[in-house]
Amino acid sequence: MPAFAPEPATTTPAIEVSDLVKTYAGITAVHRISFTVARGEIIGLLGPNGAGKSTTLRILTGYLPATAGRVTVCGVDVAGHPAEVKNLIGYMPENNPLPDDMRVSEYLYLRGRLKGLTRRRLHPRFDEVVQLCDLGRVRHRIIGNLSKGYRQRIGIADAIIAEPPVIIMDEPTIGLDPHQILAVRDLIAGLRGRMTVLISSHILPEVEATCDRVIIVNQGRVVAAGTPAELRHERLGPGHYELELAGPLAALPSLLATLHPGLALVSAPDAPDADGFASLSLTAPRDAPDLREPLVNALAHDSRFRLRALTRTRHTLEDVFLAATNPKTEGLKV
Amino acid sequence: MRSFRILLGHELRMLLVSPATYIAATLFLVVMGFIFAGILESFTSAAQEGSPAGTFFQLFWIPVLFMVPLLTMKSLAEERRLGTLETLLTTPVTTPQVVFAKFFAAYALYLGLWASTGGFFSILQLFAGTSYRLDSGPLIGGYLFITVSGLLFVALGIFASSITRNQAVAGILAFVLLLLLVIGTRYTSTLELLKLDSMASTRSAIDYVQIFTHLDDFTRGVIDTRQVLFYLSGSTVALLFSIFGVEAKLLHS
Repeated sequence: MPAFAPEPATTTPAIEVSDLVKTYAGITAVHRISFTVARGEIIGLLGPNGAGKSTTLRILTGYLPATAGRVTVCGVDVAGHPAEVKNLIGYMPENNPLPDDMRVSEYLYLRGRLKGLTRRRLHPRFDEVVQLCDLGRVRHRIIGNLSKGYRQRIGIADAIIAEPPVIIMDEPTIGLDPHQILAVRDLIAGLRGRMTVLISSHILPEVEATCDRVIIVNQGRVVAAGTPAELRHERLGPGHYELELAGPLAALPSLLATLHPGLALVSAPDAPDADGFASLSLTAPRDAPDLREPLVNALAHDSRFRLRALTRTRHTLEDVFLAATNPKTEGLKV
Repeated sequence: MRSFRILLGHELRMLLVSPATYIAATLFLVVMGFIFAGILESFTSAAQEGSPAGTFFQLFWIPVLFMVPLLTMKSLAEERRLGTLETLLTTPVTTPQVVFAKFFAAYALYLGLWASTGGFFSILQLFAGTSYRLDSGPLIGGYLFITVSGLLFVALGIFASSITRNQAVAGILAFVLLLLLVIGTRYTSTLELLKLDSMASTRSAIDYVQIFTHLDDFTRGVIDTRQVLFYLSGSTVALLFSIFGVEAKLLHS
């Protein structure tokens, strides 16, 4: 823990944002955003470019002042006590700017010292962070000569070196190759429980894989929030069913109607293959329960049909994201 | 205070390990060496008023106009362009600490460069074998002037660097500010307009900020606290505006 002792872990949320507004020269970048992050959570802030993600994160760190609204980190008001808040946050900005003319070890030592670590505490902590971020091989190299993956890991090492209770990272995996994304993802997952992590991204599978909860923002507003599973359900329902079926397909709609009134064929079925099976896809309305079991039972007990396969195609977070950030989709206005 | 010490130490270290510092220092000494040799030559060919040291410091504006913008233009503009200012200011470091650390590092380098010209005088003494030509009064006065006036010059350079993210713009702005301060005030004082009685107060104000008059006084051994105060207050104001410059840019970034 840094020199400034935060309040007991359980009493206050790690981050509390209420009615945050930020305008730049008449343009509203953030419009009444509110959310709360509990201690130890990993939260993904998701949104298209220009949605106000970076602005929100910068206000959280105290780097930018808010136009209106209140932001607290571990119970400390950001506007009122910026110096204390800076002790509570490890921040990695967008594009992770680093000085090109320093060595990795020099840079991390400097950052650790600036963040208030004493020399005696910094030495073991430096070794720990270097190992955690797998920087051992490059610790004496010049930062300017390193690849993007290493630079990104230096940024993460810098963010966690002083062991702040809250880590904020703005697009930590942007521009990385799949291996590096995986490594960064593991690194973030390794912080779970020890630190509260808030990351922003527009790379959806990554957020889905690492984050406990997702907050989707668009045009400066929160348009959806919840766990990825909740969001999928809430926004799009249980989804689509794919089945392979042989039998009199003309009789199928009446059978489906008995299972659930909203269950319907998406389109006319394809021509049956050599074995007589046709591929069908069904869609259920948002409020319908999981219909896989009733479908299997109904089709198995009906002697006219032979069922070969049934799957439910799950919505990805991508579908949720597109639905939530599409102005034409209903339910956008929260 | 602790953060300031760490930052200043870091800035000085980066200066010491940077090859650019040594190249700049070498070129500075080459230029100053030529100037010094030229002065000595003129002293050997004909009788001159004053001492070589006095004449040498009369030409202080040449290195000031070129070296100060080059030393300071990078400091804050580069940090902002790279975005490292953001990472710096999200640690428990305040804007004044950053600005003062940049200022004192540049000032230290400026003084170091000037101190190295002391070698010219010791070489002269070594080869002349006599201190007859080396009047220590103007020498000490001259270096004192450089030390005091450097505060303002470097602070102006830092200010220029604080209000832009483009190094070239910062450099040109610093050059123009210094040119106005050093040469502009000298030119203004010769204007006919100021000889009018109604302009008496303006004239006295301009006389007060004549850098060359300050230099003459210093080399003659007259240390006027008003002049020292002018440089101290001027550099304080320039640094305050640098802090405002950095923070105003944050508000609108």
